[in-house]
Amino acid sequence: MTPGGPIPAAAAARPTAALPPRFERPGALAFLIYVVALAFFVLAIEGSRISVTGFLEGLPHMGDLFVRMIPPDLSRIAPIGQALLETFQMALVGTALGVALSLPLAVCATSRLSPHPAVYYLARGLISWFRTVPDLVWALFFVVTVGLGPFAGTLALMVDTMGFCGKFFAEAMEETEPGPQEALSALGASRSGVICSAVFPAALPSFINTALFSLEKATRSSVVLGLVGAGGIGIELKVAMDLFEYPTAATIIICIFALVLLVERLSSYLRHRII
Amino acid sequence: MALTAVDAGEVAVRAVPTGTARPGSDKTARDLAVRGLAKRFGAAEVLKGVDLDITAGCSTALIGANGSGKSTLLRCCLRLLEPSQGSVALLGQEITALRGAPLRRLRARVGFVFQKHNLVPRLSALTNVLHGAQARHGGPRCWYQGLAPRTLRDEAMHCLERVGLADQAGKRADRLSGGQSQRVAIARALMQRPQMVFADEPVASLDPAAGEEVMKLFSDLMREKNVTLFFTSHHLRHALDYADHLVALRGGRKVIDGASSDHDMAALKAIYT
Repeated sequence: MTPGGPIPAAAAARPTAALPPRFERPGALAFLIYVVALAFFVLAIEGSRISVTGFLEGLPHMGDLFVRMIPPDLSRIAPIGQALLETFQMALVGTALGVALSLPLAVCATSRLSPHPAVYYLARGLISWFRTVPDLVWALFFVVTVGLGPFAGTLALMVDTMGFCGKFFAEAMEETEPGPQEALSALGASRSGVICSAVFPAALPSFINTALFSLEKATRSSVVLGLVGAGGIGIELKVAMDLFEYPTAATIIICIFALVLLVERLSSYLRHRII
Repeated sequence: MALTAVDAGEVAVRAVPTGTARPGSDKTARDLAVRGLAKRFGAAEVLKGVDLDITAGCSTALIGANGSGKSTLLRCCLRLLEPSQGSVALLGQEITALRGAPLRRLRARVGFVFQKHNLVPRLSALTNVLHGAQARHGGPRCWYQGLAPRTLRDEAMHCLERVGLADQAGKRADRLSGGQSQRVAIARALMQRPQMVFADEPVASLDPAAGEEVMKLFSDLMREKNVTLFFTSHHLRHALDYADHLVALRGGRKVIDGASSDHDMAALKAIYT
């Protein structure tokens, strides 16, 4: 407070030191990278042939397709239901096997828990390979290996789940607090004891979350795997579309939607109940 | 305090006054003998040639300012940190020479109570205590209380009773108060049936009242079971009241090593200046 009265707020708050700039000026290399990235994006728009006109011209065809699909044909509901059940069975078993096999793989891919650096890099590499190859390619591979049918699809979903869960399980275990693990090591627990008593319980919420997302993902994937002969409802949808049986295709799409919605709701319920 | 059948066959119960060596302990036997212990983290030398003897059945307090090397010394003694140099004979075995199962067997005989309790948060108090028997009973029996045989569950429950938390046995560890968590950690150490217990600032994270209560309980239990206790503390009053012997570190070197009765508060405060 000065003798002349209170200092105006703006004057009192003015710093004597220079303010840092609002934005950092990029270096020459960073600026070049930004320009190249922007140019590539513009080229990507060109390469993807995005066309508003084409989309607008296509809208009447879409409307026509919807009209032809209505009303859905329920005459083949029994075989469609059977195929849908098979689809879900593939997703469930593929996910369960994938989750079970992901656990030891993820332990090996966790730096703190892996028995040897070579095992760590091998496990990380395997998980990356499982993740980068799309499930449809795995399905093609297993169709050739074990023949047409749901077994090939189940194996494809299992491997895809191992890639997905292996990565997230390992990350969840990397993030667990080291304190309880140190306490168990200090009292003479074995490596398996530390993992099962301290690491798994700590990472369990993440495990459950990831496994349930895997089930949702596998349910959606299992629909598509039928297109390459790996079992499930996908082949029913393809045949219906190829034969212009749009009302039957509508029934199949509604059934798929119901299944995916049901699995998502169930998964959400379980997530809230368990975690 | 009454003991149940679980204690049968364990160490004899001896109640002795605080601040004196316990009767019945062999004053010549050393549970811990450290020679020339050094620990370096990169260029920083945290421990500089520490020599230390801890007599069986005695309670020893390790004091020193932050960064003086107390926790590092404790961890090196149990090989939770690898010493850079020197030897550590723990319960008659050179711990630096052990690997794998023999190292685990030796660690099983030594409890360790951490400042931050280090319980497994999502598991019950009973399961956390049961973990203390992992080195004695391999396999999944001690991973979760539901898998444990009746005898082990009884023993774990008895350990919880000893720390006054039998009514919290089913409660998740992350829902216990700080004082309760530390009691569970003590019960876990008891479950090991240890010959020696290390404690790294066991009450540092507790409020003064809870800290006093837990420290008294801890010290009484160790004396009762004639367990050698080696603890670090910033509470000089605790060091004087609960330890028979005092060791002080400054800058990684031992500056005090003697009976606690030979030191007063003013002398101990000097090591922090």
